[in-house]
Amino acid sequence: MSLAIIDSGGANIASVMFALRRLGAEPVFTADAAVIQRADRVILPGVGAAAAAMTRLREHGLVDTIRALAQPVLGICLGMQLLYESSEEGDVECLGIVPGRLARLPAAPDRRVPHMGWSRTTVVSDDSLLAGLDDEPWFYFVHSFAAPINEHTVATGRHGVRFTAITRRDNFHGAQFHPERSAGAGAQLLKNFLETT
Amino acid sequence: MSTADQPRDTLSTGLARRIIPCLDVRDGQVVKGVQFRDHRVMGDIVELATRYSAEGADELVFYDITASPEGRSVDRDWVERVAEVIDIPFCVAGGIRSVEEAREVLRSGADKVSINTPAVNDPDLVDRLADAFGSQCVVVGIDSIQQDGRWTTRQMTGDPDRMSATGLDTLEWIQAATARGAGEIVLNCMSSDGTRDGYDLAQLAAARAVCTVPLIASGGAGTAEHFIEVFRQADVDGALAATVFHSGALPIAALKSTLADAGIRVRPC
Repeated sequence: MSLAIIDSGGANIASVMFALRRLGAEPVFTADAAVIQRADRVILPGVGAAAAAMTRLREHGLVDTIRALAQPVLGICLGMQLLYESSEEGDVECLGIVPGRLARLPAAPDRRVPHMGWSRTTVVSDDSLLAGLDDEPWFYFVHSFAAPINEHTVATGRHGVRFTAITRRDNFHGAQFHPERSAGAGAQLLKNFLETT
Repeated sequence: MSTADQPRDTLSTGLARRIIPCLDVRDGQVVKGVQFRDHRVMGDIVELATRYSAEGADELVFYDITASPEGRSVDRDWVERVAEVIDIPFCVAGGIRSVEEAREVLRSGADKVSINTPAVNDPDLVDRLADAFGSQCVVVGIDSIQQDGRWTTRQMTGDPDRMSATGLDTLEWIQAATARGAGEIVLNCMSSDGTRDGYDLAQLAAARAVCTVPLIASGGAGTAEHFIEVFRQADVDGALAATVFHSGALPIAALKSTLADAGIRVRPC
């Protein structure tokens, strides 16, 4: 099985690569549209700002390529946010695969932003990505902007507001947290993604 | 009753308090001293990292204690070896003085870099790192001690002979570093470091009052009670410790179980 990880910029890609290798996959890190189109599975990672990542995807002519993918796709963290229509962060237009606009999480004296650390999620709809996990799995989050809850929400998180922690629309999945840094629960989710059909 | 006294479950966040073993690294080995002196070898880096990850640690910090005093940067070989085997986040500290050095560490698989002495010498480095990688990757570590009735910072803490006062007011420096883009503060209270007599609650509570980003307590943990106190009384987001974990005196699973019983939300092991 071939697995492509889209090069959307950002320095921290090694942990995603290592996590997938621990599961026996052999990921290819690429910005080549042909390689991405041919892959059996595609991961859209991302750390950093939405505008910079979208600029990079446009420069590589990957926006339409990603929108047209029919194989299972998993967006991680910023990669998940890019699946939505737009983000308040830099007022940027994103890929528009999942409806909705990312909004900044509200800060409070006893609730710091970014939402950083291990946070408990609530599963709200059955999904193959969550096979073998309990109803309130813990994942590792690092983010300041969050996706609204809608009909594509699979799991929710909360930090001042409730937001979408896992989304799914057709073949496109997104995880707001970092499964590659979420111990056993994260490894199980990645394994489920590799085995999804 | 402050919010910190209430079970975290009553608050509007899913976040757990973090338990963070700190591994001081010198020449590829994990070492630990008392009040920054007399370091002794505690074990192999990858072996200890794997053990803590499996035991339920929420995050790890690796601090190359010799990096800054000797004028060299972090030996990156072990960063990648750690990233290959563990599946929890980790932070690398020690002698990172430039965006390029930070980029190498992050590329090797670290989730965050922590800067201490270089940030004091060149505060603009905090801005440059935050611009390049985002605040979530940038931790500012502060070694602080009480002097003349106020808390002030120290630097070059890897080598007692070269340690110096920097003249910064700790609380002012926390605010300045945060304004420059630090995404997290690790406050190491030097008078309690290595003593196992408990965290410096007064200093940490004062820091909490001015710190708008996650705050991590460091220095003095000896018992599970110390962790309960620091979460309740100083409302820190995480608590870092070394000796108490390395020695096996306080297994992480037992600590988390005690914290959960006390109404402090932790991620189950």
